[in-house]
Amino acid sequence: MASSVTPTPLLKDELDIVIPTIRNLDFLEMWRPFFQPYHLIIVQDGDPSKVIKVPEGFDYELYNRNDINRILGPKSSCISFKDSACRCFGYMVSKKKYIFTIDDDCFVAKDPSGNDINALEQHIKNLLSPSTPFFFNTLYDPYREGADFVRGYPFSLREGVPTAVSHGLWLNIPDYDAPTQLVKPRERNTRFVDAVLTIPKGTLFPMCGMNLAFDRELIGPAMYFGLMGDGQPIGRYDDMWAGWCIKVICDHLGLGVKTGLPYIWHSKASNPFVNLKKEYKGIYWQEELIPFFQAATLPKECTTVQSCYKELSKQVKAKLGKVDDYFNKLADAMLTWIEAWDELNPSKQLAKGK
Amino acid sequence: MSSPPSLLSLSIDAAVFNLHIISDLSFLPEHILIDLFLRTLKAGKLTERILKIFIATGKDEIISMIQALNIQLVTTPVLPTSKLYFNPLCYLDAQTSSKSERCLTFFFDSINIQVHEKKKKKEPYLIFDSIISSWLYHNMSQVTIDRNEVDIVIAAFRSDLTSFLEEWRPIFSRFHLIIVQDPDLKDELKIPKGFDFDAYTKSDIDKLVSPSNASMFSGYACRYFGYLISKRKYIVSIDDDCSPAKDNNGDVVDIVTQHITNLKTPATPLFFNTLYDPYRKGSDFVRGYPFSLRSGVPCVLSCGLWLNLADFDAPTQSLKPELRNSRYVDAVLTVPKNSLMPMSGINIAFDREVVGPAILPALKLAKEGKFRWETMEDVWCGLVVKVVCDHLQLGVKTGIPYVWRNERGSAIDSLKKEWEGVKLMEELIPFFQTLKLSQDAVTAEACVMEMAVAIKKGMGSSHPELANAAGNMVEWVKIWKEVKSRVLV
Repeated sequence: MASSVTPTPLLKDELDIVIPTIRNLDFLEMWRPFFQPYHLIIVQDGDPSKVIKVPEGFDYELYNRNDINRILGPKSSCISFKDSACRCFGYMVSKKKYIFTIDDDCFVAKDPSGNDINALEQHIKNLLSPSTPFFFNTLYDPYREGADFVRGYPFSLREGVPTAVSHGLWLNIPDYDAPTQLVKPRERNTRFVDAVLTIPKGTLFPMCGMNLAFDRELIGPAMYFGLMGDGQPIGRYDDMWAGWCIKVICDHLGLGVKTGLPYIWHSKASNPFVNLKKEYKGIYWQEELIPFFQAATLPKECTTVQSCYKELSKQVKAKLGKVDDYFNKLADAMLTWIEAWDELNPSKQLAKGK
Repeated sequence: MSSPPSLLSLSIDAAVFNLHIISDLSFLPEHILIDLFLRTLKAGKLTERILKIFIATGKDEIISMIQALNIQLVTTPVLPTSKLYFNPLCYLDAQTSSKSERCLTFFFDSINIQVHEKKKKKEPYLIFDSIISSWLYHNMSQVTIDRNEVDIVIAAFRSDLTSFLEEWRPIFSRFHLIIVQDPDLKDELKIPKGFDFDAYTKSDIDKLVSPSNASMFSGYACRYFGYLISKRKYIVSIDDDCSPAKDNNGDVVDIVTQHITNLKTPATPLFFNTLYDPYRKGSDFVRGYPFSLRSGVPCVLSCGLWLNLADFDAPTQSLKPELRNSRYVDAVLTVPKNSLMPMSGINIAFDREVVGPAILPALKLAKEGKFRWETMEDVWCGLVVKVVCDHLQLGVKTGIPYVWRNERGSAIDSLKKEWEGVKLMEELIPFFQTLKLSQDAVTAEACVMEMAVAIKKGMGSSHPELANAAGNMVEWVKIWKEVKSRVLV
């Protein structure tokens, strides 16, 4: 539908920025003009005795491992240690409607005209406008200024559905896996693709947690980033796991997932040898995981995110337990996560849609 | 039991195996390049062409090895290998190579998979083959287009095509054109000199098909006649109100090169790649993309886009008369499997040999007119061809190339016509989304025939125009087969 050029609302009292960190938060200086109005939730991974310095002038709450253990008690076992997957604790403790999460090696990118990109503003635009998962629009997001639905697009589908997730992209260091990094260590993503599009219903995608925003009220409980890192056989699949789960659930509940703009500038290429060690099981396991998620169906009685997620965890145990015992543990952790989520977020039993 | 080969070693072996399609190695790190060179020698694959590619990398170690081994460009291309095996480590930066070798050997050694020996050897190859094949696609020299593979088909709605063809001359002049004149147009076609073309008019259509079928090729659908009689592999087809567009760098978009590149590189409909087409230079599959899906499927349809006047329907254009598409989105992506989309006939290309029978003129609206927003024939065709492609595991891409679409006609005038096409779409989408074809349908023809039966049965009685469309689909396949077997015209 026609969109007039109204300024994007700031939503500063409705959005939390969740940042996992193990080193420092110097990158926030570059983001200051865009982030300062917002409340930050910092999840400190690794050694809790280390003091993470937050730049002056930011409104924040910080949680380290001791805090996580104290707040969740025995349920803290579901939160990963020594992996950025711990960030999902921040989603759980937030009291806001929207979350934006970003990695501490991501900086402000420039668009082709040389202007700084306000990634947060674009995510908000994406979340506040509908998605179109039921029929592909060849001109991408029809709600953007200067775009619309093309000829042949059924009118009954032009209202769209609520957008639950906005998945942004990265210039400079692309999000490649270790084998690709080893074969192409010098490749940089320099192509600015000026599009946002809805990922169609029934299609899975690799969700990257570096530059991600979502509506916590619509999909929050499904944004569990799994068991990774210390003591776990796998790493760097936290966001992938969450992405597959949320897509199955969004497809079931009639919610939308967008990908494309905004871009951030990803500055640090992690060590491909270290990555290979973390990922290798994932590389083999994903061959089983993808068919599992592609075939996963949820019964129509599941009308809340929590019920969908619990059902999914049952299926994980039943069908993936035989791939590796890790998935039995993960299925249990998924249930623990939901229990913890409901404990910390008691009043709202989230219903389908809005 | 010897330890399994390292990841690096396997990739180099795969590269040696695929040397015949490599044309550039300058991006390789030197230590890998040296290993590749030595294994190439050992495999007896150092031909003149390959030697030149290695020399072109300009890497000092390679040049000195060539000199040390006294390799010269002689008439005998294959060098005796038995005396030439060297330990590559003596040429490499010891730290880097040994670290790569160590870590990657560790990768394999520490795989704790309880599988039998044969499968254990297979799994690493699966990943390697897919890394190497996508790596090779990226580093192949630009897709070469043989002019004998391509026909450019234009439906002419005006007789004087001079200005249109002059605009497209730099891009079209080296290809064969098939120009099909709208059967209602009476004047003779005017085509400027210097083009290799064949023109077809109403009388040609009438000669080839029966009078009852000739109406299938009226209006915008006359272009399908061009697809029918073409003898080439690829068709590129645009409307005659389009001009060449410019990309974000100000360069003219060569739609033929881009469309054929889209068609010659695989599509990836089974899993979404967030960096769009992974086969484009500078792009790749992202983390989390399953390796078994990285070889993709053949792409048989490439749908381009439009700057200036985008393909909006009449209500949209009437409501927003000033709306012009000025956003050049520098991407091409695969339309995921089971996802339908509205195909616009304004700017497309396809593999005629594989999917030609499914690119068909079938749906004729009662009040169909001579403006794009008064037709649905291409949208219908798009629904049919997408179902066929999904069933046959073929791919459809959308995105670049762009054309510049010029002003023509009044959307408001078109709005006055009854909106049967729009209403029809409401029912067509759910119908096509649930349409399933049988395992026996393994060709585009067979798929179309099955679909025609299903459409007639499912929607024919409530919608006579759909019963007609189903009938047209059957007729189209018949004519297609006839033309193919006659090899005439």
